[in-house]
Amino acid sequence: MSAEDWKKNMVAEKGKMLLEIVAPSRQVVRSERVDEVIAPGSEGEFGVLPGHTPYLTALKVGMLSYREAAEWHHLAVDWGYAEVGPERVVILAEGADRAADIDIAEARQAKERAEKALSEKLEQADYEKNRIELLRAMIRIQVAEKHGQK
Amino acid sequence: MASLRDIKRKITSIKKTQQITKAMKMVAAAKLRRAQDRVIAARPYSRKMLAVIANLAGRVERAQHPLLAKREPKRVKLLVLTSDRGLCGAYNTNILRKAVETVKQFQAQGKEVKVNVVGRKGRDFFRKRSGYTLGKVWSDLGMIDYEKAADVGKNIVERFAAGETDEVYLRYNEVKSVMQQKVTLEKLLPVEPPTEADPFMAAVDYLYEPNPEVILGSILPKHVEVQVYRAMLESQASEMGAKMTAMDSATRNAKDMIERYTLKYNKQRQAAITKEISEIVGGAEALK
Repeated sequence: MSAEDWKKNMVAEKGKMLLEIVAPSRQVVRSERVDEVIAPGSEGEFGVLPGHTPYLTALKVGMLSYREAAEWHHLAVDWGYAEVGPERVVILAEGADRAADIDIAEARQAKERAEKALSEKLEQADYEKNRIELLRAMIRIQVAEKHGQK
Repeated sequence: MASLRDIKRKITSIKKTQQITKAMKMVAAAKLRRAQDRVIAARPYSRKMLAVIANLAGRVERAQHPLLAKREPKRVKLLVLTSDRGLCGAYNTNILRKAVETVKQFQAQGKEVKVNVVGRKGRDFFRKRSGYTLGKVWSDLGMIDYEKAADVGKNIVERFAAGETDEVYLRYNEVKSVMQQKVTLEKLLPVEPPTEADPFMAAVDYLYEPNPEVILGSILPKHVEVQVYRAMLESQASEMGAKMTAMDSATRNAKDMIERYTLKYNKQRQAAITKEISEIVGGAEALK
């Protein structure tokens, strides 16, 4: 993609922001009319409004919300990076799922699996892996219960 | 000379083979579509990540991160992506031939080469031959997902960071079109950040949290994983493309063979009939 094409591609509606959330296997969200984003930064949750100063941060596992006019959308994200500019927010997430797409039953199972594994004696690397799995499952359950399909 | 029944049997057997190759072709075509969709779906992430790295790399001293460190390349690693299964034409042959060329070339330059392989075909190839140092092998991965690729990437990053290798290259099949694959060589490590930064944000000063070094430190290994993931998807799509082409020509060959044998069968049947008639006629003549 040439620089020109890129610019054309990256423009948000006036007074709004462009939000892109991409995971390794797919693009999850792309919207040209976002008014507000709230994301779980590694140093704490942060909010972004149009005209934000350029900002680059790591993300931790958590809930990401964005607003189009009066409508809020929620996603569970697992780690990643956020690149924020005055007119755009790019989220590179290792995993990202819209609240409605989360399978609660599956997440609960994952949580149980991780808890069970953690209760046994583990090597350092395995412990870390399961701790991360547990965190991920918990956030997914939280997001799905609060904002998922009723 | 084969009897009529033998030819008939042969035709039936070729017909059965043809049914199989036809089915395999259709399966490969379906898998190819899915694989291609995945290649396309994976593009935005790797492109965005490259932009972020370009942005960061300009701000951090080059040698500060082990994955950016350029060392005298004495020990080189080559990661070769092959398939687990055969019946995909010259797909594996091509990539392995190129891989051997690369290894020879590095060895001629006095470098120590270690080969890492993905796929059963590559594993068998390098195991059977002497003169190569075969390192870690991944096989029977099935459909590639990000986690599997990340495993491979992590291993390579760890070895590089530990100073076991000075450079890592990647040999895989890239999709040019459905019918065409191209064997490519890519440098995986040390990471060379693109010089052309994201035109949108290049000039501005950023706020970094926690700080640029930490972010770069965590994003670089991810970048390698993503590169491996992308290459694995590409090579899987190529495999399916090659398989489809191979099975298509196998089906066509079977058709040709059936035609040839049918002709032969008919000729022989004719000959037999003619012979019988002339015998009858000869017999009738003799009775006069």
